[in-house]
Amino acid sequence: MVEMVNRPYASAFEAYAVKHPDVLCLSADLTSSCEIDGFRDRHPDQFLSLGMAEQNMMSFAGGLGLAGYRPFLHSFGVFLYRRPYDQLMASVAYPRRKVRLMGFLPGITTPGGMTHQAIEDVAVMRSIPNMSILETGDATEVESICEAADSIDGPVYCRVLRGSVPRLFDSPIKVGEMRELATGADVLVVTSGIATEEALRARDALSKAGVSIRHLHIHTIKPFNEQALLDHIGSVSKGVVVLENHVITGGVGSLVAEIMADNGVGKPLVRLGLNDTYAHGGSRGYLMKHYGLDAGALVRGIERIIGASTGIDEEALASARVEAVHSAVKAEAL
Amino acid sequence: MRNKRSTEDVAMGIRRRVFEHSMRNNGGYLSQACSAAEQLAFLYNEALNLGEPVLPAVPRPFAGVPSADNPDYVTGAGYNGPFEPQYDRLFIAPAHYALVAYATLIETGRMDAEGLEMFNKDGSSVEMIGAEHSPGMEVHNGTLGIGLSTGAGLAFGRKRRGESGQVCVFMSDGEVQEGQTWEAVQAASHHGIDNLWALMDVNDQQCDGAMDSVMEVRDIAAKFRAFGAVCVEIDAHDLNAMRQAKAEPHEGQPLIILARSSPTQGMSFLQKRFPRLHYVRFKSEDERAEMNVSIAAELGIDPIELETH
Repeated sequence: MVEMVNRPYASAFEAYAVKHPDVLCLSADLTSSCEIDGFRDRHPDQFLSLGMAEQNMMSFAGGLGLAGYRPFLHSFGVFLYRRPYDQLMASVAYPRRKVRLMGFLPGITTPGGMTHQAIEDVAVMRSIPNMSILETGDATEVESICEAADSIDGPVYCRVLRGSVPRLFDSPIKVGEMRELATGADVLVVTSGIATEEALRARDALSKAGVSIRHLHIHTIKPFNEQALLDHIGSVSKGVVVLENHVITGGVGSLVAEIMADNGVGKPLVRLGLNDTYAHGGSRGYLMKHYGLDAGALVRGIERIIGASTGIDEEALASARVEAVHSAVKAEAL
Repeated sequence: MRNKRSTEDVAMGIRRRVFEHSMRNNGGYLSQACSAAEQLAFLYNEALNLGEPVLPAVPRPFAGVPSADNPDYVTGAGYNGPFEPQYDRLFIAPAHYALVAYATLIETGRMDAEGLEMFNKDGSSVEMIGAEHSPGMEVHNGTLGIGLSTGAGLAFGRKRRGESGQVCVFMSDGEVQEGQTWEAVQAASHHGIDNLWALMDVNDQQCDGAMDSVMEVRDIAAKFRAFGAVCVEIDAHDLNAMRQAKAEPHEGQPLIILARSSPTQGMSFLQKRFPRLHYVRFKSEDERAEMNVSIAAELGIDPIELETH
């Protein structure tokens, strides 16, 4: 049974920030939702409430960067780029301010519907010069995200998981690397964020079905180790499947496609994620199944690559974690 | 290097220089020189505590944008002096005032006149819309409304570090149409950022014409006060009023000085163009010649010798 860690960001941020006085904690009225309420209460001098005004917060953070501070901006991911995109460009990304954008509730991990779901954030951030992108997929990565983000010479956007988060890994994020979770020879599976947990659910069933999987978990989306990916692609015979909690345009799937095309890799690629659609409000489990982001969808994608049925049905997959929309382990519903 | 000349003299120099440049280059941001000459002269010549320039008097060519591969990148802020704790910092929020700002740098001995010859030339850092790397600029403000927020953040950080230098943002009144300006004022007030002040050129003009015809902004002084700033309204061409306004106490609050200006001050001929003054282009060679004679006379100089086209 996988260990569940409650609110890993809360303690990790506090532990990191108190050791680094030039780190400032900025919030835009989602303080408990971003698990920094305890930090606010215990370290009010290092906490800055900027209210529900993200455009100002973004440029203000640029000004703090000019003064040598390293502001950590906390909000839902979607509010860190959609409304303040112009400010993100001019005040943060262009001048390479050391602003750390901590984006909570990535993709469909929120029941808040379209306005709350950052489904194209990776695509947006990938296209911004000077920007780095990290994504957490388990509690250990959440615990190490502050140090990883703060090691970057320039701005960085992080997809951060909150609430009750499974522990899948035992080593911290090493910026620029990727995790090799399986070293099979048939199909390369590339996942990031919560999609990795889904891929792990399918692992045993795929093994029993005789499909040899090579599995990579991506926590550093930009910068990206292109050669490492090419080596892994070269190590499988059939092709590549990417599963991500994001639209399939511009995210990790696109990243893999670009690298394959740029290098003339002629293997089949299946990109799984939100396929040119918005999602709606609902539980994570429901949304992942409904939009084809779960272990079952991954198995179907692998079958497309190998050109055969695996015989794996829902029952053969390890059970999904079920979280109520209004779970007690969350700070609040949204 | 302050106060070698009177601020009035610097302001006159700014108008003459911008006029000359616009005459030679078939147009320019003339009305911004009319409205803001005293304000920028005041900032550079007496209000701001700035050190000696640390960048060459003749600006270097454009040397690339900030990137991990461009470690030698610098902004144009070095023309305002070094980043030392005691010195003030200035942001020119309306980046289209760049021509006026460059003229001010020249008039206050911070840049050679040769610098203006590079204005809006390909490969030059002396860009038409002031960029981070343009002389006197420290941040990109070409997207209007972001300057005050950036200034507030820098001022908060400087105060936290115990630096005595203040942060000044030169603004334009069109920026009050942007919601971010109000977000910035409320944040600066909420956090007691009182090492921040702004001088706003209130010329009632914007790109499409007179502001009232584009989007009424009503009583902006009352709005600034309601959002938590100390706000003083003055005649933008009255330097003594400007000095008094700068001395207004504003403990625990940002200070906003609304400098109500005439967009044709010192170049009355431009009244014929009202209300389309944002960027003045000559309608004909005859108009250009007429304007040359008329404005030169008002500025007390000979008409500019124009190259024949």
